[in-house]
Amino acid sequence: MKAGLSRELIALRAAKELSEGMYINLGIGLPTLVSQFIPEGMEVMLHAENGVLGYGRITTEDKEMDIDLVNAGLQPIVLRSGASFFNHADSFAMIRGGHIDLAILGGYQVSEKGDLANWTTSLERVGAVGGAMDLACGVKRVVVLMQHVTASGEPRIVKQCTYPLTARGVVDTIITDVAVIEVGKEGLIVKEIAPGWTPEEVQSLTEPKLMVAPDLREIEL
Amino acid sequence: MIDKIVPSIELAIAGIKDGAVIMIGGFGQAGTPFNLVQALVEQGAQGLTVISNSISQAAPLVENRRVRKLIASFPIWVDRTRPNPLDEQVPAGKIELVTIPQGTLAEAIRAGGAGIAAFYTLTGVGTFVEERKEKRIFNGKECLLELALTADVALVKAYKGDRMGNLVYRMTARNFNPLMAMAAELTIAEVEEIVDVGELDPEVIVTPGIFVHRVVKALKRGKWMYQSESRLK
Repeated sequence: MKAGLSRELIALRAAKELSEGMYINLGIGLPTLVSQFIPEGMEVMLHAENGVLGYGRITTEDKEMDIDLVNAGLQPIVLRSGASFFNHADSFAMIRGGHIDLAILGGYQVSEKGDLANWTTSLERVGAVGGAMDLACGVKRVVVLMQHVTASGEPRIVKQCTYPLTARGVVDTIITDVAVIEVGKEGLIVKEIAPGWTPEEVQSLTEPKLMVAPDLREIEL
Repeated sequence: MIDKIVPSIELAIAGIKDGAVIMIGGFGQAGTPFNLVQALVEQGAQGLTVISNSISQAAPLVENRRVRKLIASFPIWVDRTRPNPLDEQVPAGKIELVTIPQGTLAEAIRAGGAGIAAFYTLTGVGTFVEERKEKRIFNGKECLLELALTADVALVKAYKGDRMGNLVYRMTARNFNPLMAMAAELTIAEVEEIVDVGELDPEVIVTPGIFVHRVVKALKRGKWMYQSESRLK
């Protein structure tokens, strides 16, 4: 199969969803990478479920790491000025109370109605729901980052999610290694495609019928 | 004179009975009362119900088979290569696992501490969470009724405490600790430092002493378990 965008490039594209003054939550895994691509000079506040607003970036420098200062993925972080700490109920009041502008989350499956499955592939296993359901339901806008297909080539964008749901009808935009897709009232709309890809090729990896935006363009990074 | 300071970790944990409901604060390692949890393992109480965010707080009790029921939002390791004792004990029926969305867990504990019996929330509608729960529509949106959580004992970790039980936390080590401190009959706090009454600025005390019953000084524990560099890739 043709190569799509790397994980770094997906994160770089996702960073374009950010704008000045936003309060943003980045999910565990690939979405966390977005924190490394915040445009210089843009003032955004990153929120982590475990009670911090205004972390700057993840750090790998020993001298910066503090065991008491981590994001929800337990990665060591550094603060930007203006940061604050709070308890877990206040943290989820920010999420569930609709105060966070944007959540960028990972995904296993997204349906054509914007249903999201992103926390487990089976209820039979010990799974960790964490804050995924609260974020999906509570945040103003949800962007999902994922590979377009599974390791075995199965579409992740489906008519109906087969994995256990995180929330119904919550996803606004899907960014994958091959396309940027908007979840509209009438269905899914391809807005951007990866360099060298055609809408037909994207459709062949997607279960539901895709509409192609009149202003379809190549993913800009 | 009010004096909630106890001289040893063993005395701090004394009296916890078999079958007790125990809340344990912490998120990952930050704010996890590792000394109290270890002391509880050694104290020997069995058949416990543990309410904690993740496996990180409950692991020593689960590994020593002291837990009958675990209520948590993230009962796996973030680093999924670490062996999880629940993978064996849950399918074998040794532990009942109740997985709760993290925001509902936090709010249920807050409500429990505040004397609120239950609350309605959007979180979990249309998912496994809604099973057997009462639903009601507010402002055109379906919500689930979630019940408050309380406990016999809360084990919490704070940065500094005084003999009155006033506590302050450090950075993201605050997390569930102030909520759990409110929600238990007996709240036991391990602190890195005990300070004189009056030393903590009343403007910045996070947990007022009314919620805390025992304070014990204990060395901070924890080390970096995860290779953040590799996880960035």
